[in-house]
Amino acid sequence: MFLGKVVGTVWATRKDEELVGMKFQIVKHVGLDYTTKETFVVAVDTVQAGVGDVVLVCSGSSARQTVMTKNKPVDAVIMAVVDKLDVGD
Amino acid sequence: MFFAKVIGTVWATRKDEGLQNFKLQFIQPLNSAREHVGDPIVAVDTVGAGVGETVLFITAREATIPLPVEMAPVDASIIGIVDRIDVAKNV
Repeated sequence: MFLGKVVGTVWATRKDEELVGMKFQIVKHVGLDYTTKETFVVAVDTVQAGVGDVVLVCSGSSARQTVMTKNKPVDAVIMAVVDKLDVGD
Repeated sequence: MFFAKVIGTVWATRKDEGLQNFKLQFIQPLNSAREHVGDPIVAVDTVGAGVGETVLFITAREATIPLPVEMAPVDASIIGIVDRIDVAKNV
């Protein structure tokens, strides 16, 4: 899983019918100090994250392991909203 | 399987129900000389590793196999704590 920040939303009317009702968020990678990087992914949101939230994203075939994305054409999913990071020196 | 050092813990209250009760650790992947490789990732801890310890982790869909649930959105799991690494020189 990796840490990311929700920076936007993707709207797509014409899409695979399995994806109807899902929300797509643009998630930029972030470092341990919450600074955003330039790289991003589009991920299905299963936890109602909002723009500005720091989230955890699961990618690959594991992204299909939620109730919402089971057997759907999805390879990245937001599955947690981060409250706090404890990072050692 | 890969080596990593546990560098921190992630706290998340709002999360997928498949992730309830799992500890999420920040890990920095290492090579066999324990040098940092790539960016840190987040992994589910199945063995009770602490910050500073060197661990073994697995990635991709296999990462859900050690978890006691049928379905969990997890693509990295810590599955062992490394005591020692022996690497032969000049091989």
